Amino acid sequence: MNPVLEVKNLKKYFSTSKGVVRAVNDVSFSIAPGETLGLVGESGSGKSTVAYTVMGLYQPSGGHILFQGQDIAISHQKRKRVLKKELQIVFQDPGSSLNPRQTIEKILTLPLRLHTMDDNKNIKKIAEKVQNILSLVELPVEYMEKYPRSLGGGEKQMVAIARALATNPSLIVLDEPTSALDVSIQAKIIHKLIEIQQEKNLGYLFITHDLSLMRNIAHRVAIMYLGRIVEMAPAQQFFETPYHPYTRMLISSIPVVSSEEEKLKPGKIPSIGEIPSPVNLPPGCVFHPRCTNRLPICDKEEPKDFEIKTGHWVKCHLWSSNNN
Amino acid sequence: MSQLILDIKNLTVHFRVYGGYLKVLNEVNLAVARGEKVGLVGETGCGKTTTMKSVMGILPQPPGKIVQGKIFFQGKNTLIMKKSEIEKMRQTGISMIFQDPTAALNPVFTVGQQLYDVVRHSQSTDESHSRLSTQEVSIRALQDVSLPDPKRILENYPLQLSGGMRQRVCIALAIARSKQLLIADEPGTSLDVTIQDQILRLLNRIAVEKQMAIILISHSLGVIREWTNRVYVMYAGSIVEESTTEELFSNPLHPYTRALMDCVPRLTGGGTSEGIPGRIPDYFNPPSGCRFHPRCPQAFLLCYEKKPPLYRTNDVHQVACYLYQEANQ
Amino acid sequence: MTLSKNNPKRTKSGKAWYKFSQNPLSVIGLAIVLFVIFSALLAPWVTPYPSHSGKYVNYNETNLSPSIHHLFGTDVFGRDVFTRTIYAFRSSLIMGIVVLIIVVPIGVTLGLLAGYFKETWIDILIMRITDIFLSVPPLILALAITSVLKPNLTNAMLAVSVMWWPWYTRLVYGMATSLRNEYFVQSAELLGASKFHILFKEILPNCLSTILTKMTLDMGWVILIGASLSFVGLGEQAPKAALGSMVADGAKYLPEYWWISVFPGLAIMLIVLGFNLLGDGISDLFSMEEA
Repeated sequence: MNPVLEVKNLKKYFSTSKGVVRAVNDVSFSIAPGETLGLVGESGSGKSTVAYTVMGLYQPSGGHILFQGQDIAISHQKRKRVLKKELQIVFQDPGSSLNPRQTIEKILTLPLRLHTMDDNKNIKKIAEKVQNILSLVELPVEYMEKYPRSLGGGEKQMVAIARALATNPSLIVLDEPTSALDVSIQAKIIHKLIEIQQEKNLGYLFITHDLSLMRNIAHRVAIMYLGRIVEMAPAQQFFETPYHPYTRMLISSIPVVSSEEEKLKPGKIPSIGEIPSPVNLPPGCVFHPRCTNRLPICDKEEPKDFEIKTGHWVKCHLWSSNNN
Repeated sequence: MSQLILDIKNLTVHFRVYGGYLKVLNEVNLAVARGEKVGLVGETGCGKTTTMKSVMGILPQPPGKIVQGKIFFQGKNTLIMKKSEIEKMRQTGISMIFQDPTAALNPVFTVGQQLYDVVRHSQSTDESHSRLSTQEVSIRALQDVSLPDPKRILENYPLQLSGGMRQRVCIALAIARSKQLLIADEPGTSLDVTIQDQILRLLNRIAVEKQMAIILISHSLGVIREWTNRVYVMYAGSIVEESTTEELFSNPLHPYTRALMDCVPRLTGGGTSEGIPGRIPDYFNPPSGCRFHPRCPQAFLLCYEKKPPLYRTNDVHQVACYLYQEANQ
Repeated sequence: MTLSKNNPKRTKSGKAWYKFSQNPLSVIGLAIVLFVIFSALLAPWVTPYPSHSGKYVNYNETNLSPSIHHLFGTDVFGRDVFTRTIYAFRSSLIMGIVVLIIVVPIGVTLGLLAGYFKETWIDILIMRITDIFLSVPPLILALAITSVLKPNLTNAMLAVSVMWWPWYTRLVYGMATSLRNEYFVQSAELLGASKFHILFKEILPNCLSTILTKMTLDMGWVILIGASLSFVGLGEQAPKAALGSMVADGAKYLPEYWWISVFPGLAIMLIVLGFNLLGDGISDLFSMEEA
């Protein structure tokens, strides 16, 4: 099966007054139809930048973005119209992703009007379609006349998801879609997203910092640190046998609710220090200043991707040198 | 039983809005003893922040209105205190740290200026402090929160510091003068997980070292489990369950607590639940009786009629649910 | 939290009134403005001496002090000052309305364009022109224009329009610049919406509340400028009643026949005050807080 999205050696640099920020620094991954790739990382990791560059909100500084085989590594204004329908995004903050001065109906009519109404701009037909998408995300039809401010955070996010689904896309980028929401609302939304994915064979690029959530929605997980993917593996393997010290540090820091989960976590690795500024990247391996398993080579040479098991890649001297 | 630092009894708070009232808090009962780490867990809109604002005396009245209830801090009812007494309570009794450290710090003053303010304008109950200068007390506060190079930090403006450091400064401001109770409202939620871990560890250490009681408010069950020894579960303006942390997680009783626990995604996998049916209630016209009944799979007639009291099921566990009426000890 | 909208006590208009009336001063402002508008519209029927509004002379009744028959007294031509004041509301209101009708669409559109296309030639061109107009002292500009053209109400309105539009451009520019980075705008862009849609259907509706508030306040200020112009003889010409010219006419007779200047002057104050208070109320009305 051909991947829906293939990202190869993607780079995005920003020039600021303090220097060049290498937000995305040689990132590669692919997503098959019906698959969710989870991108996890802390602030400054570059995960949101990857999402925005894939969408075309940023022009890449280098590398390729192949959508259904075609290179789309340009800003969205220059892309073909059909891409605007195939590739959709759900933003993090439900509060500002819906125009507060538009009714839900109006918000959902826009994508329909732009992409599915070729011949008949029949108002009645559009309204019908709006009702259909609302029922797809299990929101009552009465919501059509409401304004975003009378909806709860979870409901707003459902509208944002409905908007993304309106054009029948092949891939949806979800940038921390539930981070601002309560856990019961999050459960509802995630459950719905998975249901819809199975129904429509959609690909998801799912970004979050919540590892427990990631475990339950992603088929494969990639963890980013300062612009690089340091480990990538199928979800179960990622959590059961993490190799990279940063992955282990992150997993060991998350609070969990059961003793089974406690047993799964690697032993407590205290997180030392803070994430360095992306302007001054440490030499060698970008994680070495905070790493408790440092080797002498780590501050001199950048580690390369090493496939430690089938489908499980790590960027770490500890593991690639073991095999030498 | 150790002395109670804070004892909230039957607190009921309404907010005046167009056409009526939002009946936000509905007879909240909550107590904290000396040195305890108490968690208050509940989702957005359940009333946790309103409760704490009432304790701190910073609830805007109007439109808020404390309809009934008493809040005892160290045995005295804060709701009938004079303004000067409340101020003293905030200076030497209770502090609060908020979710967003950036918003809590004044960007146009240095850390030092803000710390000095706190240190100077309060009457210290520590004799040792009266011998030290304001600067020395401030530096000590920054050291207490493990900030490296305190002298330099005093000169910095909040925006020059990272999120984690700002949160530490907020904590320093809260503990610069010794207090009996620290209320932490979603600490570290806006920060990265590894930094949040550091902050929670810090709060824990401070609680032990300074013998402060902590109320940890969070919507994250994982945080509550790891960092508290007793928990209150709040829903729609009242406490629905109260227990030691260990007991709550091994044996949650209230249908809401159980549904909530089900919703938490597990690191071990297993998929996601469908969430809790329904929505949080309309405070303008809240459901009668138990406010959770419209969403409860086990609701029966009594649940619609009268709000259930807290029933005690063992010496560490109470639950406000008629399902446990019989088990009441 | 969401509030039950099905409650019969909570209608949309009721809620609007609740928000608005939280501040009693806003209600006073509304009352003043409504009074001015209705008395201007119904002037022939609510004033005691409608014929005094135009060409009228009665040398037997000149300069009479305020009394039951002449609430504000009479002027040098024997005309009832009260009647003329109410009639003068007409030219004031016309000036306010016409100026805003011209200025708002132009100023707002330019502001939207400049703000959305920030840092392109569109932005630079529009904002530099705006800066130029803003740097000329407003009254001087208006005076210059009206003294070149024939002095009458139409030209006064034109002159004020020319100097007023940049304020709207500036106002909307600031708002458009920040709104264009909002997720909902980016969403529309990503969907491929036309620039027209983004400017007028996504960004503009979020500026409306500020624009409307400013328009309300501006009614008062435009009327004041209009009065200043007619004070120096560059607005509505005699014998038509205009507040500024009435003040000017009576100025020579101060302090003896004080009523000829003072009452029109107070009327100007009242109008400006009314619109200011109303403007505050309008801005409360549009605040996003749930009542």
